[in-house]
Amino acid sequence: MSLVGARVLRKEDPNLLTGRGRFVDDLAPAGCLHMQFVRSLEAHARIVSVDTSEAEAVDGVLAVFSIRDLADLPTLPSSPEGMGRPILAKDKVVFAGEPVAVVVAEDRATAEDATERVVVDYAPLPVAASIEVALAEGAPLVKEELGTNSPFGMGPDAAVAAETDAVFAAAPHSRSLHLVNQRCVPTPIEAQGCVADWGPDGLTVWATFQAPHHLRNKLVDFFGIPAHSVRVIAPDVGGGFGSKIVFSPEYFLAAEASRRLGRPVKFMQSRSDAMVLTTHGRDQIHDVDVAFDDEAHVLALRLRVIQNVGGHPDATAMGLGVLTTWMASGCYRIPSIAAGFQVCLTNTTPVAAYRGAGRPEAAYMIERVMDLVADATGVDPAEVRYRNFIQPDDMPYPSATNEAVVYDSGNYPAALQELQRLIDYDALVAEIAENNADPSKPLKGLGLSCWVEIAGFGPNGSLEGFGHLGSWESANVRIQPDGSVIIAVGTSPHGQGHETTFAQIAADELGVDFDKITVRHGDTATVQQGIGTMGSRAVPVCGEGVKNSSAAVREKAKLIAAHLLEANPDDLEVGDDAFSVRGTPSRSVSWRDVAWASFQPLEIPEEIGAGSLEDTRFQTVPNFSYPSGAYGCVVSIDRVTGEVTVDRYVCVDDCGVVINPLLAEGQVHGGAAQGIAQALYEQMTYDENGQPLTATLVDYLVPSAADLPHLESGRVVTPTPVNTLGAQGIGESGSVGAPPAVVNAVVDALRAGGADIDHIDMPVTPEKVWSVLREHGIIAGGGS
Amino acid sequence: MSTAQTMVNVTINVNGSDRNEVVAARTLLVHLLREKLRLTGTHIGCDTSNCGACTVLLDGHAVKSCTVLAVQADGCAVRTVESLAAPDGTLDAVQEGFRQEHGLQCGYCTPGMLMAVTSLLTDNSTPSDHEIREALEGNLCRCTGYEMIVRSVRWAVDHPNGLEAPA
Amino acid sequence: MIPASFGYVRAGSVDEALAALAEHGDEAKLLAGGHSLLPLMKLRLARPEVLVDIGRVADLRYVREDGDAVRIGALTTIRQLEFDETLAAHVPLLRASAHAVGDPQVRARGTIGGSLSHGDGASDLPAVALALGARLVIRGPSGTREVDIDDFFLGFLETAVGEDEMLTEIVVPKCGDAGWSFQKFNRRAQDWAIVGVALVHGNGSGPTGVGLVNMSSRPLRAAAAEEALRNGASATEVGALAAEGTEAPSDLNARAEYREYLARVLVERAVAEATI
Repeated sequence: MSLVGARVLRKEDPNLLTGRGRFVDDLAPAGCLHMQFVRSLEAHARIVSVDTSEAEAVDGVLAVFSIRDLADLPTLPSSPEGMGRPILAKDKVVFAGEPVAVVVAEDRATAEDATERVVVDYAPLPVAASIEVALAEGAPLVKEELGTNSPFGMGPDAAVAAETDAVFAAAPHSRSLHLVNQRCVPTPIEAQGCVADWGPDGLTVWATFQAPHHLRNKLVDFFGIPAHSVRVIAPDVGGGFGSKIVFSPEYFLAAEASRRLGRPVKFMQSRSDAMVLTTHGRDQIHDVDVAFDDEAHVLALRLRVIQNVGGHPDATAMGLGVLTTWMASGCYRIPSIAAGFQVCLTNTTPVAAYRGAGRPEAAYMIERVMDLVADATGVDPAEVRYRNFIQPDDMPYPSATNEAVVYDSGNYPAALQELQRLIDYDALVAEIAENNADPSKPLKGLGLSCWVEIAGFGPNGSLEGFGHLGSWESANVRIQPDGSVIIAVGTSPHGQGHETTFAQIAADELGVDFDKITVRHGDTATVQQGIGTMGSRAVPVCGEGVKNSSAAVREKAKLIAAHLLEANPDDLEVGDDAFSVRGTPSRSVSWRDVAWASFQPLEIPEEIGAGSLEDTRFQTVPNFSYPSGAYGCVVSIDRVTGEVTVDRYVCVDDCGVVINPLLAEGQVHGGAAQGIAQALYEQMTYDENGQPLTATLVDYLVPSAADLPHLESGRVVTPTPVNTLGAQGIGESGSVGAPPAVVNAVVDALRAGGADIDHIDMPVTPEKVWSVLREHGIIAGGGS
Repeated sequence: MSTAQTMVNVTINVNGSDRNEVVAARTLLVHLLREKLRLTGTHIGCDTSNCGACTVLLDGHAVKSCTVLAVQADGCAVRTVESLAAPDGTLDAVQEGFRQEHGLQCGYCTPGMLMAVTSLLTDNSTPSDHEIREALEGNLCRCTGYEMIVRSVRWAVDHPNGLEAPA
Repeated sequence: MIPASFGYVRAGSVDEALAALAEHGDEAKLLAGGHSLLPLMKLRLARPEVLVDIGRVADLRYVREDGDAVRIGALTTIRQLEFDETLAAHVPLLRASAHAVGDPQVRARGTIGGSLSHGDGASDLPAVALALGARLVIRGPSGTREVDIDDFFLGFLETAVGEDEMLTEIVVPKCGDAGWSFQKFNRRAQDWAIVGVALVHGNGSGPTGVGLVNMSSRPLRAAAAEEALRNGASATEVGALAAEGTEAPSDLNARAEYREYLARVLVERAVAEATI
């Protein structure tokens, strides 16, 4: 029975369910010290002085560092050119919460007490807390040395822009939208932290990180120490969503503190720390124009994106706009697209990747645009999409956005058809119309989201631009003397179930029992070089590597089995932990015997040699993969209060071949929940002084089970040619596809109720909806 | 008797065993469990009593152990996630439900979820899906979107003896 | 995450608690369920030097009938209110509103006395106490006194309970056949109300009152709406007066104007529900 495609329960669960998970804060090495930050309360200010003397005098405090004590250390890795971020604030702070000093003490309580004794004198500066203020004439400069708050941008190409303008000029119709994709906070339930232990034999760092080798490589560069002496371990990691791939100061500070003090040092964020210290997500403003004809064919698109990157930009933030503009075409054949972006520094927490990283923003934009075209032409929103879809026969489809973007596979009409079938589309539309004719009932709306995203990072060169060692991913498959298997992979999971998924792939290729396979990850001492987990790459890149390594080992094992059976290797089959001669199942030898023999030179041909049943490869892929789907959302709006309720949410996904349908569905649910949360609840808000107003989970509204709808799933499968698995990856799909379906449904409902609006911004709060109802004179009954 | 103490002697029955510790008055119950007793299954996810990752049973009811001082639990019985499975590792019905229905991904919120669900099923052994979601309004998960958590609880409701053959 | 250091005193009785308060004065705070105080202490927004733990004062946990009233011990948990049969029978508004507070874990620890003594205009139970016309029993060094609910909430987080006193009992009238309703409008299920309404309508044979949640910095009656209700006005007419005399806050969740609007809507809905 093939395990690829099977609903296999997870190997990871028994430990996690019994409280045996080992997360960074669970580690308590002997003599461990505790580190806490002194965080700036000012969003933009010169640091006049930092007085650590009172804090140093607190009993139990071993050291207090500010930048003057760390002058020899370089700036943090992954700062873009010319925007180096010091390891602690130097000369000035550029966002509220920026660490100014660090206390190291015997225990956490003492460290927290001592942080209150550090006296920092600030000379406040004018604050640029928003894109509007930061880009205005005479705006305060976040980094004076740059001479601007917008040091970088790309596109559109002048010739493309001119051509697109010409299409607009000749087009029958055009419309515009201004969209805000609001700042969100990834908020994994485990905040960020590390334990660093720098001893005579080298440096070991346990870190809540999505890419341990990547962190190891940067520690090597940062401290100028040899790689063989540095070990990074990502133990169990409680979610990441892109925020745990950023080189935050603590990973380097804890190491330096350990070096100086000769003891392990632990840092663990509180949630209040996390809300301002970990990188935020999204925060793009879009101005988009669409040209179309009477039949709702989209002729051209002009898109200008402004990406808020915060006070100390991370290199990742610079690339988000690239991904957004690359994916501006969505699922549609749009012949002319002029898209460009610029980044904008502000006095806010730095922005970096958050599940989807630039693609949710693109999908949101194009799906709102398609509904706008539907509203303008009177053509049904599904029909508009069918008329504009890239067809399956067009694959591989080179997008008009950039030559690097060639969609691998997908069947957008099939996904939408499947969605329509699941929700009984025509009947549903009729039912909603009938419902809306009754003013005593809540207003209902239906929203579609036909989306595509770029995943499976990536072809050679794609990740190097973000500072990674490569774009490949590593897999090592190694047969043990008893026929069981250890696999070491360079990806590093934080909930995705890699130990299970990769074992399924290997079990099929090797013919070894699933329970005899262990997948190891997250430790640079035991795993060959690796790149890490991000960009929905684990299955399409690493899974492919596991498959190919397993196949290579299998073929080598066949040589030994053939020798033991005195048969031809081409006549052998493998399965159920044994090799047998095709057609003569009684002639078989167990994997155990083959494995044992592989270490016995006297048992095997001399040319094979001992220890041959191992393979290591650095798997590359020729292209990104482009998962897609069709999501549908039905909402009810209380005509009196404006409250929005999601009545139904259906996700049809196409990620190519599915390795484990249970885990794949879980990934969709998780991403969709974050997307619905962005549409209805979450917003990281700053006041004009750069003070974060939503700095705890009281105010930053991460929803619970009681606040989110039941989620339904469907599937379409178009295998990708990018790898032999046919799998595209699915980790970020839900967060890409989900928000537009909700907002489209809300706009649909409000328009049905008589509000002639083009758009409503996320999060769609009851008050926003109420304002629309009121402005358009369609608020119902009481309370006026 | 009215002298204010900063160090206090407490005796708490944890997972069936009486534990006697001297703690700073300001020690949170979750820190006593994790740091002193090394029961690290209970996790910390926030500092404003929202996320529920720290949920344990205190005298039989789910509470957020980050919002209880250890001294407040003196003389009480506490149960943590470590008490759910049998000594030989056999998962209880709630744990098995989460395994069968993929109710966990990263596993960080899971112990708190398991204890909150355990408490729910003590109050109401046949909750509706709505009642399940309501009972978990104080437990945040960022990985699952909750759909499979609800299915996991449903499994436990339908299989009160876990994977054992029915009696 | 970790509170500042403090001294800890455990009181086994009300007398012990009062003695501790007398000794430590304004440096001391009472600790009941801790779900108002401990979150503030963990963020170091509150730093009492002494905590007097009254969680173990056993004889303050009860719900008892007393003629046409129900007496509730101040340390009765919100969960206990939620499951109490006496309240179900005689003061269903209190039981229903208890279920709406926070989440199950919070309800297992929070106490009615703690909630009322904290006196937060954004909390649910103070509005319920106002609607019911509760009476509060307070003990201090000079003995026991009873305070009307209308004399209890004095200002922002300020109640009639003196620094050396302790709330020991809450007395609410039995509601008989009075209609009632509890309306809570919030974003997430575990959130405080953006606006809430506690309403009881005795129609002559029981208490009548309308309490508002989060329409002012202190718990507040909707006095004008209440008067109209007593005079037999319609749900719409009563609702229209809901925001009179309030000072609704503006915050991230809602501007004052929207709160005032919601108050009118929710009071109208509450009256309609109470008169079914």
